[in-house]
Amino acid sequence: MTLALAVDIGLTLLVLAVACWTLAVRDTFTSVIGFVAYGLLLALIWVRLAAPDVALTEAAMGSGLTGLLLLGAAARLQNAKNISAPPGLALRWVAGVLCALVSAGLAAMVLLLPDPAPTLAPAVVAHLPATGLGNPVTGVLLAYRAIDTLLEAVVLLPALLGVWSLAADRDWGGAPRLRYHRPDGALTLLAQVLPPFGIIVGIYLCWNGADQPGGAFQGGAVLAAMWALILTAGLAEAPPVSRRWLRWLLVAGSAVFLVIGLAGIGFADAFLAYPAGYAKPLILTIELVLTLSIAVALGLLIAGPPTRTPS
Amino acid sequence: MMQDPSNLLVLALVLPVAGLLLALVVGGRYAGRIALWLMPVGLAIAVMLVVSVIRADDALVYDLGGWMPPLGVALRADGLSAIFILTTVAVIGATGIFARTEFRTLPGQPETRTSLTFWALLLALWGALNLVFLSNDLFSLFVALELLTFSAIPLVCLDGRAGTLAAGLRYLLFALFGSVLYLLGAVLLYGAYGTLDIGLLSGLVRPEPVAWGAAALMTVGLMAKTALFPLHFWLPPAHAGAPAAASAVLSALVIKASLFLIVRLWFDAMPALMNPTAAQVLATLGAAAILFGSVLALRQARLKLLIAYSTVAQIGYLFLIFPLIVRPESGSFAAADLYTELAATVVSTSAWSGGVLQAVSHAFAKAAMFMAAGLIAQSLGHDRIADLSSIGRALPITVLAFALAGMSLMGLPPSGGFAAKWLLLTATIETGQWWWALVILGGGLLTGGYLFRVLAPALFGSRQSVTLRAPVARYREVVVLALALCSVLLGFVRLGAFDLVQIGRLAKAGMGLP
Repeated sequence: MTLALAVDIGLTLLVLAVACWTLAVRDTFTSVIGFVAYGLLLALIWVRLAAPDVALTEAAMGSGLTGLLLLGAAARLQNAKNISAPPGLALRWVAGVLCALVSAGLAAMVLLLPDPAPTLAPAVVAHLPATGLGNPVTGVLLAYRAIDTLLEAVVLLPALLGVWSLAADRDWGGAPRLRYHRPDGALTLLAQVLPPFGIIVGIYLCWNGADQPGGAFQGGAVLAAMWALILTAGLAEAPPVSRRWLRWLLVAGSAVFLVIGLAGIGFADAFLAYPAGYAKPLILTIELVLTLSIAVALGLLIAGPPTRTPS
Repeated sequence: MMQDPSNLLVLALVLPVAGLLLALVVGGRYAGRIALWLMPVGLAIAVMLVVSVIRADDALVYDLGGWMPPLGVALRADGLSAIFILTTVAVIGATGIFARTEFRTLPGQPETRTSLTFWALLLALWGALNLVFLSNDLFSLFVALELLTFSAIPLVCLDGRAGTLAAGLRYLLFALFGSVLYLLGAVLLYGAYGTLDIGLLSGLVRPEPVAWGAAALMTVGLMAKTALFPLHFWLPPAHAGAPAAASAVLSALVIKASLFLIVRLWFDAMPALMNPTAAQVLATLGAAAILFGSVLALRQARLKLLIAYSTVAQIGYLFLIFPLIVRPESGSFAAADLYTELAATVVSTSAWSGGVLQAVSHAFAKAAMFMAAGLIAQSLGHDRIADLSSIGRALPITVLAFALAGMSLMGLPPSGGFAAKWLLLTATIETGQWWWALVILGGGLLTGGYLFRVLAPALFGSRQSVTLRAPVARYREVVVLALALCSVLLGFVRLGAFDLVQIGRLAKAGMGLP
């Protein structure tokens, strides 16, 4: 057994163990911590599978931001006692058995997949020079399948509106408040020390995404996490949701993407096509603005609905 | 730009999305205006799309970014897409007019919560639906489903009451469960065949375990989003609790999007898997939905819940088309002569036309019914069926619209619902499957039963005068009547729609393969 194989088996067992532990613990906060650890371990597995872009996304979005959201939810649940009865033993058994069956079926099907797997990877690499990009994943996300990325960015807007719509009518136009506890020294210190580094990492992930692993969603997620940290520590206030500049920031990424895409009908040969020679600068422009919009949208998703009546 | 009709596909997609971005930025009372101004433009695009598809007598295809599948993503509009895009803009446009004053910001007042969210979400919903009907790529379709889910759910709990929040949360759980299963299936298909393009998949998918697994996962996921029995639990509280304008769109259009994808999946992406057993299973669930939904509708005490259970039942009819298109006697077939067998099975055009007509006429009828119920509830302050006696005297236009829409649901001539059910009945006789004919007829009787419960006292109640709490705007009644008339008049256009449904069917193209 090689060392690499031993590491892989160890990682797999660890992921399974953490997953079981996350499900088994009674305390919500502990469970969320388990979930975050699980996501980070999963990111390591993606690294082992030579998929660094997926690893970055899993760490930033799956583990980091989702973890923050879950922590927020857990904090809010603490104040609300006995919302509903927990599901009965029979229901839990049925759910468990169903999940086990689906997992077993999936595992069987994955083993049945053809080997070598049919793949578009060679075609993706072959056409990459036309886009001027070095990272094939960015080629897929912003050239070949740009429509998916554009609409994924748009999906954040109804999702955010959905969160905002939970506000009380009188609070509309006010600001969200994201403070679970009285901020203590450690949190304040963290919120003062970490963001400068986090912001550099976020910008680096975005800027570097054209040629190295990274991109708008990962960069935006790191920036959003830094913003959420500052808000949680109470070092800054979230802006009121009715601010015009905030709305502009939210839609800027999708709007720039859409306008450049439409310009493709006239200046290139199709919607979402880039004129020859201008692909890379245009893609970088889209990624930069998109990072900003994604960061603002994700940060506001964590901040929650407006809870302060506008003055 | 308009020389090439395939540009219409891009326009149909971009228009609502651009509207969403604009509405979010300018906000306030302009959000509603933007939505209302874009709707006639969208209608023009949809009409031009239908005309272009008929003129081309083939599907319109647009390779996004100039990249051909499998590397790129293609938009594709066949007759079916064109019909649904036109239906969507018609229903959304009517909803917009109906909701104009309900969700407005008064001049000089700050923006309100519902006035921004309703219009922005309506535009997002419209864009998502158009993408569902146009995209020819399984992953883009997943993005479309996400956009649809996240726009639809906040509409359910727009009034912010605890009950509707719970209904919205339940809807969210079912919808996300469906999304996950759909995505898993799409990933398996990519792993097995190396493409997500529906056109390419149709030639590649073979009846083998991985394809079956993917088909099962995706179908169950989409069934949860369509609220097909037995995954319908989320629908009645969600559709009954939403504001009337939102209920109309949710019941008329949103659940049809996932159903449309089930049809795309089985007939276009994986025609090799479509066999009589799978078709009978899907139709059995549909039949159970018709009977179960209708019986529960009979027992409801509130009008909006009755209409919501009626949706559960009417969705069932759409699943009856599967065995009518894939006949049982064609039996099990070997993979080698698959396509010749399939050519023999895909002959039942009356089943296709009946199914599409049922979907479209139900969309108009159900939108009219929910809006009528909304007007009744608004004017009386309640929607208890037991206390609707003689409401026809006070709100004649609304009750007339409700009755006309009900006529279409029951399948009385000359309505669109009648034509649809007649075509489906014809198909059951043609294919010798009398048991489905019994279900169609029984469902019609039950529908008559639960609508009679509402209409008989409303029209012939003994109360001499009904006092209304709030007046009802005449133009809103006219919108409801127009929708109801559409569902009735569809009974006369069926011959024209007959050919349009068949234009650009992928299964037909698949016949040419060895």
